Amino acid sequence: MSRDIAVVAFVQTEHTAEDSGRSEVELLAPLITEIKERTGQKRFGFTCSGSCDYLAGAPFSFVSALDAVGAWPPISESHVEMDAAWALYEAWVKLQHGEIDTALVYGFGKPSQGTLREIMTQQYDPYYLAPLGLDQVSLAALQARAYLERSGAKEDDLKAVAARSRAAGRDNPFALDLDDPGDDGYDVAPLRPYDIAADADGAAAIVLAAGDKARELCERPAWITGIDHRSEAHLPGVRDLTRSESTRIAGEKAGAAGVQVAELHAQFTHEELILREALGLGDDVAVNPSGGALPANPVMATGLIRIGEAAARVQDGTASRALAHATSGPCLQQNLVCVLSGENHG
Amino acid sequence: MPSESPNHVLEFPGGYTRSVGPVIGRFLSELRDGRLVGVRTAAGRVLFPPLEYDPDTGDAVTDEFVPVGPAGSVQSWSWVSRPLRTHPLDRPFAWALIQPDGADTALLHALDVGVLEEGADAPRFLKTGMRVRPKYRGRGKRAGSISDIECFEPEVTMINAPTRLEYDLQGGRALDHFLEGVSQGRLIGHRCPVCEQVIVPMKGLCPKDGVPTTEEVEVADTGTVTTYAVNNLPDPRAPEVPFVSAYILLDGADLTMLALVAGIPADQVRMGMRVKAAWKPREEWGKTMANIKWFEPLDEPDVPFDAIKDYV
Repeated sequence: MSRDIAVVAFVQTEHTAEDSGRSEVELLAPLITEIKERTGQKRFGFTCSGSCDYLAGAPFSFVSALDAVGAWPPISESHVEMDAAWALYEAWVKLQHGEIDTALVYGFGKPSQGTLREIMTQQYDPYYLAPLGLDQVSLAALQARAYLERSGAKEDDLKAVAARSRAAGRDNPFALDLDDPGDDGYDVAPLRPYDIAADADGAAAIVLAAGDKARELCERPAWITGIDHRSEAHLPGVRDLTRSESTRIAGEKAGAAGVQVAELHAQFTHEELILREALGLGDDVAVNPSGGALPANPVMATGLIRIGEAAARVQDGTASRALAHATSGPCLQQNLVCVLSGENHG
Repeated sequence: MPSESPNHVLEFPGGYTRSVGPVIGRFLSELRDGRLVGVRTAAGRVLFPPLEYDPDTGDAVTDEFVPVGPAGSVQSWSWVSRPLRTHPLDRPFAWALIQPDGADTALLHALDVGVLEEGADAPRFLKTGMRVRPKYRGRGKRAGSISDIECFEPEVTMINAPTRLEYDLQGGRALDHFLEGVSQGRLIGHRCPVCEQVIVPMKGLCPKDGVPTTEEVEVADTGTVTTYAVNNLPDPRAPEVPFVSAYILLDGADLTMLALVAGIPADQVRMGMRVKAAWKPREEWGKTMANIKWFEPLDEPDVPFDAIKDYV
């Protein structure tokens, strides 16, 4: 790695289960203002965002979000139609080129305006999957059963993940306040409502900076010591759904070993168990101290928030090394792992 | 969630046209003809449904199309008890990954396991490994789409063979006489001249001593449960489950009688519980034990086990 790059600031909305009446721009504008104030930067070398136009049902709706940034005179800007964790990856690559020292990354989503499990169908293969009317939760439940049968884990193990995540979420002012999981019936079996991340409207933003600029903007920058993302085949029928090989490789490349904290982008309880196994996380690793995605899933910002939360643990000194994971596509198809450290060259 | 009348709809009128290419096109054409084909990779694996490139290597697949199935095995499944409007079936069904015989990968499709009410749990026979087959749409209704398979169905593993024979049975004179009593609301038995036990219903002989019996004794329609069973399979005479069948020692009798117990939750029935016959309305009585619907609890203390231990 040629340049040291760090997370120097992270902000997020207080995510809401219901539509708060604010547009996407109105969700973002206070965040961008806040992160500009916190870093003292009015302009950034590069701006990159992640969002999904299908959430609002309008092509190029992400462009209007630029109003929150202030793009005049014209700025250097890009967008990914993915979780903003991948926007952060693009910004990291851009910073590696060496021509800029700062980058603003943001992501936002308002699933309250549509039916998320049906909207996600749009990302499926149009020949074999989408025509079936298959929805996101049904597909995740297929993976959950495959995992339970292969690993011997029980539905109560899933419930324990939900209970721990919800309890942590109640201590997180940005997540939803959700009760302990009760005796819910099945949604799509074997998944119960508490096994499924709670849809939320929200946004998040991160500022990356390189080298001395990072030290100037932040007392304790969270240095990115490794970042990698890998993708698997799209069709669920050609994959081993019970394991996440792409996460394993990304974790190895990013240097997952020896972290104290891991923020995992698990939108279903069984995904956390698959990810723990793939990353080799032992019981000594604090997984999702923020609650993770289960008690607040502002889609397209959720993965970026994992990086922000992991960075925050490094910045507040709770961890010297922390891992963040983000996912995209059905059944953990594509996975990104980012390892952060309080030490340069950690 | 959008309301019943959303204020914005995203739609491609008439649908979005896509070319399918030679590999997927071959699969869909064969499917329209009612055949399943996979494609062989250079490494020899059979991809089903066919893909243009081997997901393991990224190499183009060969041009060898291989018939697979139609039967296959379920690799994993999820259970939809309340279908969404976008789902292919409007009653509970499974999504399943199905690997047809001869293929090395699986197809995702809907699996219909029969008529179930909205909200129903998955039937117990639905398991990973279950054998299934495609159910095709009618020939004229196929369009060269993955939905030309309406759904998959379990393979036939059982049939239902109707059986019916008709009889005119005679219970014998003793039983006939007993039922005569029942038709008048009386329960009668015989006392054995040797062991002096009262046998209800009487058979005209003592099964213990092998001697004829003639002395008639009327017994009460109250008694004690000596033992019982909780039944979870419905019976024509007790369609609601769970139901309780019990041995009841009628007061004055020395042999137990098999009857239903009701008027109390199944898990509260006890050995030694006191019960009384619940008779149908008198105008419905005939020469049949059906005059007694069942036995119901009496508000009396339970009989100690020692008192009934010889009748269990």
